[in-house]
Amino acid sequence: MTRTPAATAPGDVRPATPLDPDAAISIRGLVKRYGESTAVAGLDLDIRRGEIFALLGPNGAGKTTTVEVLEGYRDRDGGDVRVLGVDPATGGRQWKADLGIVLQSGAGDSQLTCLELLRAQAAYFPDPRDPAEVLELVGLTEKAGSRGRTLSGGQRRRLDVALGIVGRPRLLFLDEPTTGFDPEARRQFWSLIRSLRDLGTTMLLTTHYLDEAEELADRVGVIARGRLVEVAVPAELGGRGQAPAVVQWTEDGVRRTAETATPTAFVRELAGRFPGEVPDLAVARPTLEDVYLRMIGESRE
Amino acid sequence: MVTVVDAPRRTLPSIAAVCRTRAGVELKEFFRQRESVVFTLMFPVILLLVFGAVLDYDLGSGVSFTQYFMAGVIAAGILGASLQNMAIGIATERSDGTLKGLAGTPMPKSAYFVGKVVQVFVVTVALVAILLVIGVAFYGIDLPSGTDWLTFAWVAALGSAASTLLGIAVSSLARNGRSASATVTPVALVLQFISGVFFQFSQVPTWLQTVASIFPLKWMAQGLRSVFLPDALAASEPAGSWELGRVALVLGIWCVVGLALCVRTFTWQDRGNR
Repeated sequence: MTRTPAATAPGDVRPATPLDPDAAISIRGLVKRYGESTAVAGLDLDIRRGEIFALLGPNGAGKTTTVEVLEGYRDRDGGDVRVLGVDPATGGRQWKADLGIVLQSGAGDSQLTCLELLRAQAAYFPDPRDPAEVLELVGLTEKAGSRGRTLSGGQRRRLDVALGIVGRPRLLFLDEPTTGFDPEARRQFWSLIRSLRDLGTTMLLTTHYLDEAEELADRVGVIARGRLVEVAVPAELGGRGQAPAVVQWTEDGVRRTAETATPTAFVRELAGRFPGEVPDLAVARPTLEDVYLRMIGESRE
Repeated sequence: MVTVVDAPRRTLPSIAAVCRTRAGVELKEFFRQRESVVFTLMFPVILLLVFGAVLDYDLGSGVSFTQYFMAGVIAAGILGASLQNMAIGIATERSDGTLKGLAGTPMPKSAYFVGKVVQVFVVTVALVAILLVIGVAFYGIDLPSGTDWLTFAWVAALGSAASTLLGIAVSSLARNGRSASATVTPVALVLQFISGVFFQFSQVPTWLQTVASIFPLKWMAQGLRSVFLPDALAASEPAGSWELGRVALVLGIWCVVGLALCVRTFTWQDRGNR
């Protein structure tokens, strides 16, 4: 297989480094084309065992294509890939037994009840979790006897997650798992993901919700036009940690805004100008969404 | 540096065990879905009740048309339980992501097809049993005797195998279950009209007989007529005999063609999503 040199590889991976045998996922120079268009254009990435890694990017950036190559659903046109030490193009049943996959499309319609579906799924795996316990874990115990199509959108998605984890995977793929969740269901889902991490499960999460990535991920990678633009811990992405703080307050009836690298000193000085509280005081750093949108915007130019 | 030691390899469940699971899943999926039960099981039963009540004229040699229709409706029922059932069912499972989900698990791929075959087998046996009971109870159908049962078994098995393979292949042509149904149902209906199910095959115009002879349904119906009708009526077949050798040959060829098409066309993912 020919290696396609990556044009740029920011983050902690350089194109010349060999595959990391200890990583849960190791990718070098991944290329995937559909006819004339190149969906993934030389992507390098290592995901450590036990890590939750979030892949962010706009629709069409190559997220799902990359994930589906890793899951063994798609052939690649170039590059080296190892998932749990195995090339997904040749991974067999034993390899698949270590994976859990929650697809974007979810499971199909079924006449089986939630518990029956989980029992059937468990029967494909060598060392499955107890289906009843998995239902408990995703909060669907009351729906054990209900057929899939009678569930609400959020409940169906939790059933998808249950099907993904019943095989006791060492590596779990979650493709936009919380689409259609209400805020409370999302919070519950997050705590489920954290408990899975505590059990040692590595997770690759793709999501459009930046708060979700920030809440869950140990590291995030931003993908745009088939390349990784940056890989960082959420707090550091896009130089967020060093970005100037924005201080806002109201003075003489006018809303005022100032950017400063030393917000503490600035606010102390500001406090001296007012007898009591500084009116409408707010200090903010750029949000993950701010830096994400800036990075996506830059890569489009 | 910390070296990660992999957990010991875990023993996969046996293929036989997964096949049992899949068979259970397929039977529940079929018998719990009202549409498939009505469409596949009840429709031939209703046809038998209606045709038996309306068309009970004598074919000569003291044989009623109902006796003739018995062979045809069983052949049509087998086509429904295999070709139509597989084409619609698998197209649905492919478009709604069920197949993709299964392909991402360590389920052996063969177990999926074993489950489908068990479904077709159980549905077909149930359907034939219901049709025979109704035929005997309401219309005085003469049951086959002696070696006719053997002919019944191999014609049904070979026809069912050919139709199942064709149905799996046809499922790949459809975008989803609904479009599969819209494509396959009219074709099956036309084949029933020209293959000697609703009318005597000898009354079908010759050029339509030729068209029908390409497809398996005509040969299934003809093989089953040899089971249900007295040999004296073989003379009214176009060839003047039951042609059981040719029945086996044509259905066997369709098995081979169907299998080749399945191997070439079957995908676990939607087209346009590969």
